Amino acid sequence: MKYLFLLYNDEDGWEALSSEEKTETVGAYQAYAQALKKAGVHISSEPLDHSRNGKRVRASGVEDGPFADGKEQLGGFFMIEADNLDDALDWAARCPCAAQGHVEVRPVWDFDG
Amino acid sequence: MTDARLIAEDAARESYGRLLAWLTTRTRDVAAAEDALADAFRAALEHWPKTGAPASPEAWLLTTARRKLIDQARRARTRDESAPALALAAEEADAALSDDRDFPDERLKLLFVCAHPAIDKTVRTPLMLQTVLGLDAARIASAFLVAPAAMAQRLVRAKRKIRDAGIPLETPGPEDFAARLDDVLDAIYAAYTAGWDAADGADARCGGLTREAIFLARLAAGMAKDAPEAFGLAALLLHAEARRPARVVDGRYIALADQDTELWDRRMIAEAEQALARAWTFSAAGRFQIEAAIQSAHAAAKLHGRDTQSDIIVLYRRLIDLAPSIGAKVGYAGALAAADQAEEGLTILDAIEPDRVARYQAYWAVRAHILAALKRREEAQAAYTRAIGLSEDEAARDFLRRRMNNMSTAT
Repeated sequence: MKYLFLLYNDEDGWEALSSEEKTETVGAYQAYAQALKKAGVHISSEPLDHSRNGKRVRASGVEDGPFADGKEQLGGFFMIEADNLDDALDWAARCPCAAQGHVEVRPVWDFDG
Repeated sequence: MTDARLIAEDAARESYGRLLAWLTTRTRDVAAAEDALADAFRAALEHWPKTGAPASPEAWLLTTARRKLIDQARRARTRDESAPALALAAEEADAALSDDRDFPDERLKLLFVCAHPAIDKTVRTPLMLQTVLGLDAARIASAFLVAPAAMAQRLVRAKRKIRDAGIPLETPGPEDFAARLDDVLDAIYAAYTAGWDAADGADARCGGLTREAIFLARLAAGMAKDAPEAFGLAALLLHAEARRPARVVDGRYIALADQDTELWDRRMIAEAEQALARAWTFSAAGRFQIEAAIQSAHAAAKLHGRDTQSDIIVLYRRLIDLAPSIGAKVGYAGALAAADQAEEGLTILDAIEPDRVARYQAYWAVRAHILAALKRREEAQAAYTRAIGLSEDEAARDFLRRRMNNMSTAT
């Protein structure tokens, strides 16, 4: 089963970090991605730019970021392959984002299943 | 949390488990007993503030639960065959209440039911936490990293199985007692280790539900007669718990070797030593006794400056002979490295199948420390990275990162 981890955290908090702290944080995420890859469960992952550079598109028009719906914004994702939800939750808990913000775990819809 | 609050919590836990064990042994239906008891507790919350708590709160709760059971029996009569058991339980509640003596403590039977071989291993610990301690499914789910609804469903299914399969609510006979008790103790141990990272591999593991696990371990040790492993488990958990205040200070994980022993809980250590001494009198070593002895040797080294490294190595060898788990092998490797035998430690780690440690944080932490000690920096860096990537805990991540950085600066 594929699971998507949506990483929500305080994007302004990230910008306020010193460059040394940023290196540490990036290191923690790289280590996490490495652990996923070595365990053979990693499919893909990307960090996202600040939501101020994002847009929301509806039929009624386009809204500019940042979006005023809470302090924690979508900041990146991991797509992993796991045997079941318990396994996916076990991996999600190890994501550095689980300690700072929160990780939303979503099973990918399986058309054949 | 204040001490008074902790004492009140423990008292509630005492009554909850005792009442539920008593009701369950008679109804043979965990869920029915829980429903009845939940109603009784709800009624208590409603009445006691107005009327004051009764002289015997447990008797009051049992009377109220009994009434609910009679209701259930009436309703069940037309549907299934559990009615006679429910009615009988209500009658027995009457008898117990008319008796002035305390009703018997049957929680040990409850522990055995929860860890029965017919119950799936993964649900045994949650079942114990719920039935003996009254923890709710959401709290248990969060400690075991399971979705709350899924945990609730697993618990319901397990209780239905106990009822429908007619799993006997009794302590096993002498022929299976030891094996069945091992299952009980394993489940208690699992409560202690839920969600724990062993950042340096040398310290005992402990995690989310430590107080609850210690409560259950004391209960098992107190109620199971002639059970050295129960004392061993209690000793192990108490040793680990005693060091908790020294293990993370200001958000920083402190390795056992660097811990401030002033922060250790000496009363808990004394209790642990007592339990371990009691266990040894049976002269029947087991996994938990040896793990406790290892922790006891670590404590002796720190507290009395005794050199216990070679004792620890011998204990790990016995542990691996008895129960060759990956955790034991990783601990052994760490002990060898601490005694300047890093090469030997690495050989032990290399012999473990890679598939089995792909997501085992403690393995990579110990491997990294050993490679760093051997000055194989690049490999150490890779191992540290994996250990960091597998950590759940911010303090563990930080500790490993500091170790990794110290390695690169100390050329």
